[in-house]
Amino acid sequence: MFDIDSITEIWQTIARNKTRSILTAFGVFWGIFILVILLACGNGFDNGLRSNIEGFSTNSTFMIPSFTTEPYKGYQKGRDWSLNMSDMEAIKRKVKGVDMISPISSIYSYNGEKNVFYGTKGGNFSMKGVMPNYNEIDRGKIVYGRFINETDIAESRKVCVLGKKVYEDLIGADKNPLGMMIKANGIYYQVIGVIQAYNDHVNISGATSETVILPLTTMQLAYHTGDKFDFFMFTTARGHNTKDIQDEVKALLRERHDIAPTDEGAIWCFDFEEMFNMFEYLFLGIKILIWIVGIGTLLSGVVGVSNIMLVTIKERTREIGVRRALGAKPSLIIRQVMAESLLLTVLAGIVGLVIGVAIMAVVAGVVGNTPSEDVMFLNPQIGFGAAIVATVIIVLSGLLAGVLPAMRAIQIKAIDAIREE
Amino acid sequence: MIKLENINKTYFGAQPLHVLKGINLEVGDGELVSIMGASGSGKSTLLNILGILDNYDEGDYYLAGKLVKNLSENQAAEFRNKLIGFIFQSFNLIPFKTALENVALPLFYQGVNRKKRNTMAMEYLERFGLKDWADHYPNELSGGQKQRVSIARALVTSPKIILADEPTGALDSKTSAEVMQILRDVNASGITMVIVTHERGIANLTKKIVYLKDGVIESISENDPDKMDFTKEIK
Repeated sequence: MFDIDSITEIWQTIARNKTRSILTAFGVFWGIFILVILLACGNGFDNGLRSNIEGFSTNSTFMIPSFTTEPYKGYQKGRDWSLNMSDMEAIKRKVKGVDMISPISSIYSYNGEKNVFYGTKGGNFSMKGVMPNYNEIDRGKIVYGRFINETDIAESRKVCVLGKKVYEDLIGADKNPLGMMIKANGIYYQVIGVIQAYNDHVNISGATSETVILPLTTMQLAYHTGDKFDFFMFTTARGHNTKDIQDEVKALLRERHDIAPTDEGAIWCFDFEEMFNMFEYLFLGIKILIWIVGIGTLLSGVVGVSNIMLVTIKERTREIGVRRALGAKPSLIIRQVMAESLLLTVLAGIVGLVIGVAIMAVVAGVVGNTPSEDVMFLNPQIGFGAAIVATVIIVLSGLLAGVLPAMRAIQIKAIDAIREE
Repeated sequence: MIKLENINKTYFGAQPLHVLKGINLEVGDGELVSIMGASGSGKSTLLNILGILDNYDEGDYYLAGKLVKNLSENQAAEFRNKLIGFIFQSFNLIPFKTALENVALPLFYQGVNRKKRNTMAMEYLERFGLKDWADHYPNELSGGQKQRVSIARALVTSPKIILADEPTGALDSKTSAEVMQILRDVNASGITMVIVTHERGIANLTKKIVYLKDGVIESISENDPDKMDFTKEIK
């Protein structure tokens, strides 16, 4: 179909009406251009929002005890109850779909008084007691040293991991903090690491960067809470339904703490998966909208090409008739018209694709493509897959645009050329 | 070469128009025939049927021994391409192609490769003294040159017959004479030729004149063009 002769033939007819060809092609160019820009912007917002939840396990559930709301087994409603370490063991043992489970205690400091000190410098920060696996659910980047480990837990060592902001405020960003002693709520802890959260937008009990993290057992000792703690998080194992697992965990806890099996209020549960799924649906919705708008714009370009080519065919009645008289078969005429439409569309489409990608590359360079705080727009570029899809769409629309004119062209009989007007 | 048996053709419009009412005609190999008739006599329709540009309702048309009837578009295109060369009153050259490209076009439809095509086209242009004009576009050529290009285009596929529709209709008398001389030379080389005209002078340059009137053949007369002083008659 695309030997040198056919291309010459096609090029001659396209080049004959340069202005018209360019104006016609502009519709397709614009359609693809807009599609690329929209897709890239969509990806930009997508990436931006995603960077805000990065590092947080999207299949995690958070559970915290609350007052009971039903009387049960002789207890009145409104009873306070606490989680303890044996609950964790029981859940791990009995509920199959739980992957990781991490108990947490926290001490908030809302009053604004300075409670954490290094030497004479002090600040107001929250504290959190965690297990080593906490950093696998709410992930952060270890900037210095290490995270809490099993030995810290087993020996209830008086060590801490500082959030990045705590470290910067108290010790200073240029100093190696490892081994330094800080005083938190009156007790000294040795700094074993500094952690920087991937994001501070989704977190448990305060932004990680503004928290002093202790081994849970150390915190239990320091605050005399025995083996009790405040709340826990768990992730769902692959292949299990989070809602089912939540129900099983709740049922088990109710049984262990003499809570009525129907008491929904006694355990407050937050499902991150549900929240993240909502994000996903939002992104999906935006994507669908973008494709609809983009394809719509492109379609009007295609209609433009089709329309102009119909006019062109009408004008070329005589020429096509002569070709038919000289022995051009209908299939050849169809091929030529389709190829003209294809060439025009593909050229315009590729130009639109390239310019669109180039502009968005410049925009990406300006807005930057490294995550920082409060980024809503990140790396607005289209992926290779989307570019391939766009190219396929260009080719298909070229063929689509050619169908009507080609049908019209083969209706022209050789005799139409001979007839003197 | 051509055999028409009881050809009937009606145009179905608001009012059916019976254009050809039983045409019987035979044209032998190498003959030079003209078809004459007033406008509306059906001569153009007859030419269209001969050129497989139009179909007919009744009868049989044999071209080079083959029955031409109810052909598909593809078959018709192939027959036209291989057997027939057309020469039109208004030349019908493709305006955005050079003289050479125009002549080479029928060969393109035969699938002849580019190099061979252009060599053959150049040979025919040379034969009609247009070698130096090969790269010119039709609007850069005179009427006579254009018609010579279109004759070259008609001949380049070595067809069995040449059909010419008022070949001198758009030319002045001097050029007409030149073009007619070329057509006679072509015929002398052995190619059957049918010329449709309403000019007596042109018809007198052919060996057989078919008179058409109201869709029937009124008469057929033999003619000796060499005895005619065509320079006078062609007026």
